[in-house]
Amino acid sequence: MFPPIPNPPVAQTAPKFDERDLVRRSASSIPPPAKRQTEVAKLIDVSKCIGCKACQAACIEWNDTKQPIEQNLGVYENPSDLTPDMFTLMRFTEWENPETKTLEWLIRKDGCMHCEDPGCLKACPAPGAIVQYSNGIVDFVHENCIGCGYCIKGCPFDIPRISKVDHKAYKCTLCSDRVAVGQGPACQKACPTQAIVFGTKDEMKEWADFRIKDLKSRGFSKAGLYDPPGVGGTHVMYVLHHADKPEIYAGLPGNPTISPIVEAWKGMTKYLGLGLMGVAAVAGVVHHLIAGANRVTPEDEANAEKLADEGQRQ
Amino acid sequence: MNPDDKRPYDVEAGDGVHPGHPVIVDRYTVGARINHWVTATCLVLLALSGLSLFHPSLFFLTALFGGGQWTRAIHPWIGVVLFFSFAGLFIRFWKANLWKSEDNTWLRRIRDVLAGHEENLPELGKYNAGQKFVFWGMSLLIVVLIASGIVVWDQYFYALTSVEQKRIAILVHSVAAVVIICVWIVHVYAAIWVRGTIGAMTKGRVTGGWAWRHHRKWLRELVGRRSGSGKTTAG
Repeated sequence: MFPPIPNPPVAQTAPKFDERDLVRRSASSIPPPAKRQTEVAKLIDVSKCIGCKACQAACIEWNDTKQPIEQNLGVYENPSDLTPDMFTLMRFTEWENPETKTLEWLIRKDGCMHCEDPGCLKACPAPGAIVQYSNGIVDFVHENCIGCGYCIKGCPFDIPRISKVDHKAYKCTLCSDRVAVGQGPACQKACPTQAIVFGTKDEMKEWADFRIKDLKSRGFSKAGLYDPPGVGGTHVMYVLHHADKPEIYAGLPGNPTISPIVEAWKGMTKYLGLGLMGVAAVAGVVHHLIAGANRVTPEDEANAEKLADEGQRQ
Repeated sequence: MNPDDKRPYDVEAGDGVHPGHPVIVDRYTVGARINHWVTATCLVLLALSGLSLFHPSLFFLTALFGGGQWTRAIHPWIGVVLFFSFAGLFIRFWKANLWKSEDNTWLRRIRDVLAGHEENLPELGKYNAGQKFVFWGMSLLIVVLIASGIVVWDQYFYALTSVEQKRIAILVHSVAAVVIICVWIVHVYAAIWVRGTIGAMTKGRVTGGWAWRHHRKWLRELVGRRSGSGKTTAG
């Protein structure tokens, strides 16, 4: 068993990180923090998940969201997708293992992966609406959010959702408010099987190694850690018993990266675009300085009068 | 100009010539001018609100629209107004903007155009090739912008497209926006550089000398039509 995080002290504790610990701030350049905090991570061991949805309930409880009741669509997902009020979702897949010919019921807790290189933050046009703390947590700052939905386009995991009520983007915060006072995320606290554990990223990798060895000894030879390098690693990681096929877990991307379209839009286009407009304006000024104004001459007026007079005489 | 050709070359409704000193030529009707300035206002507001979300250094422009949330909400609606307003301009102007053989000559002599040597250019109808580029460029880009804009108008059309389609749409939208702003710069610069042009869109009139210098074929037709209106019916 992974040692559980002790309950917080009753006395008020100062937050362990705040805006002075930002490493990235959307649409802004900021000085690097004095020192980087230890990276934290949440480890989700899909092989230990029993699909009880206690994590979802705890998430709603802690974040005080009011997810409306939906229709039963005949599947176990409830609600049917992530919403602005449901930051995490158990996704269920019935998968037939071609090697063993047995049915495997795969359950993956979906939600923000807290990428080291966050596509949402890269796409965001509003200064300070998305921030990344030096411990790896990627958080949305709602008072700065303008509801444009660019974060959705930037995200390789299809996580953010825009609220129809206040037109702001919502996603898992990794319970930054709880982590700031030494607690783990609410979902981790609620998980009855330790399928979710929380600690420093190094601790989580170590624990994952132990879990993977255990799974391999039980015949899951392809068991492994999901910490995708395409986004610089994530601060939410999975232990998968079929780590060679992440896609079977309700479409978990095999090699997630920020879309090259988003990179082009937020990179080249931005600079070339401004440059091109600048060149066009400067070209106008330069042309006017060289060529001078194109003026109508008195001869032009005289010719027009002659033409009009001839026209009248006809 | 061939007097046997009964079809107007590219004269638009409301165009006319008033002999005098100087000759006055009606170029744009009140309707066309209102239509133009509604479109122009929309285009400027769209450029400002769009640029504010295009580059972080321009985000301060959102203050003009009441903040980021307002900018995000209002930009697509201005786009809708622009689309319909420009559709009005398109219906008014498309015919006179059809490509003619002298436009090729004009393009080949672009050096003379830029140097202001209009004596080396062919006689032109109501619009020169540059103006036609602006017209067709604007037309095409506005269609691209409204189509890609709807794809990323999440408030109403989020469910209609995939995230990947939205990514493509926003890239297309921003590239098209950059190009249309450049077209707009050319349009505005040309109106300033060629003196006497702006009056066409404010007062609706230009002088005969202006028409003689820049659009002689159009002026000849207007004069010919005024004098020869009886003749054409008889002939």
